[in-house]
Amino acid sequence: MILHTTHNSTNNEPQQDSAIFLKDVSVHYRLPSETIKTFKEYMIRLVKREIERRSFSALKNINLDVKKGEILGIIGRNGAGKSTLMKVISKVLIPSEGRVWINGQISPLLQLGAGFHPELTGRENIYLNATLLGHSHNQIEQKLNNIIEFAEIGDFIEAPLRTYSSGMRARLGFSVATAWKPDILLLDEVLSVGDVAFREKCVDRMSYFRDQGSTVLIVSHSIESVQETCQNTIWLDKGEIVGSGETVHVCDAYQKEMQRKKSKIDGKLF
Amino acid sequence: MTTIYDSAKRKHPAIEELIALWRYRDLIYQLVRRDIVARYKRSILGVAWTMLNPLGTMLIMVIVFSKVFNRPDNYAGYVLSGIICWSTFSQSTNMSMRSMVWGSRLLNQIYVPKTSFVLSTVLAGMVNFVLSLVPLFLIFAFSGVQLRPSALLLPIQMIFLFSFSLGVALLVSTLAVFFPDVADLYPVLLTAWMYLTPIIMPLEFYQEILDGLLLYINPFYYIVNLFRILMLDGFVPHLQTWIATGVSSFGILIIGWIFFTLKADDFAYNT
Repeated sequence: MILHTTHNSTNNEPQQDSAIFLKDVSVHYRLPSETIKTFKEYMIRLVKREIERRSFSALKNINLDVKKGEILGIIGRNGAGKSTLMKVISKVLIPSEGRVWINGQISPLLQLGAGFHPELTGRENIYLNATLLGHSHNQIEQKLNNIIEFAEIGDFIEAPLRTYSSGMRARLGFSVATAWKPDILLLDEVLSVGDVAFREKCVDRMSYFRDQGSTVLIVSHSIESVQETCQNTIWLDKGEIVGSGETVHVCDAYQKEMQRKKSKIDGKLF
Repeated sequence: MTTIYDSAKRKHPAIEELIALWRYRDLIYQLVRRDIVARYKRSILGVAWTMLNPLGTMLIMVIVFSKVFNRPDNYAGYVLSGIICWSTFSQSTNMSMRSMVWGSRLLNQIYVPKTSFVLSTVLAGMVNFVLSLVPLFLIFAFSGVQLRPSALLLPIQMIFLFSFSLGVALLVSTLAVFFPDVADLYPVLLTAWMYLTPIIMPLEFYQEILDGLLLYINPFYYIVNLFRILMLDGFVPHLQTWIATGVSSFGILIIGWIFFTLKADDFAYNT
């Protein structure tokens, strides 16, 4: 089912105003049953010539052209390829086929507090975490006070991270990850960080980025959060874009399809 | 500054990785710092362990082996220099594997140059190497060994030790990502390798086996040999020795680097 083709771009080259451009992108994973877990097994199979290369495709011929400043929702059921798409865009995964073109700095809010070390202090962990996200020492020094203040850590900043509560950790992680305005922001599922007050601060910061012209991609399997924030949405199913266009229409079609599937199952049950 | 990433216009992965590492150089510093600081933060003696550890091993070896072998001159200095070089190599390659397995979980979430974890672990190993020179000098002073001007060439030997360790670390880490059992296999291999290298047993012992063949095919022999010549014997070796050491260590580094970077794209597929 194809609704609109605004994002199913037919361009062969990224345009002037493109932020994310994907052309015929496919990702093939090896089937889980085919993965060889030990070196011994690999050698045995190599000798016996039993190494098969069967695979399944997590993404199939994805074409996408996201413009600068756009807020795009990505919906689809579990295993539809949403996370794989995020990985391809954030350079974590090099696609098996096709071309990925990204203009600008990406901030993936997928892994908050990546690489935090329990023995290091909050301050030391800020440096570690921020350099993992690709920021330089100077950049961090400029933002350090900001980060500490936003995280509401207080005097704990000089204490080792193992003494932090899980909420404090999450706040510090979020604070570091969003200290810099990214050109492209990737959000996986809805943020559930800290208490209500802090969550409001987070939402504020997201809207600020949006207003400042960041491109935002929001992945979700609940359509409410997508409907709230996104102008446009793409719908992924079994690694393919099956619908794209205005959020209202795509979500409508998605919901109907889910209802239909559900009633089919219900019909079988009763 | 705009940064454009285009998967269709990538350079050779080995080159691409070098450029990415330069861009992430502050991360390397942070990771090295973390490795060193975190290791000693909760122990009372802290950094002193780096120095006490080889000293303790040496003491045991001297006591044990003075009963077995005719102890050569300066056996304490001989063993300690062997142990310092070897443990730098064995620990940094072993730790690299572990930090790569840890890092590969992270690599599944965010983009980071994939050699960062291995490189920083080996660099941290080199910092420990420098620290463990302190007890070596103490033992030298104790047993009357005088450092000669040749000791000033030690930095070159360190570059060789670093290159060789990094090369091997990259090779085993790549394997360990795909096959977790390599992490169990490698320490066994290391133990065997250590006994095939003149670390604790005197050099004469190896020279008698197959006319010293075991020594010549062992790249680590060149490295530890160079260290002892510069520090213990106190003379500048022949050009031949330099070339043999340089070629074997840089050769391993280049092989390891290319192997790792060619396989690195597949890391994230291996979940």
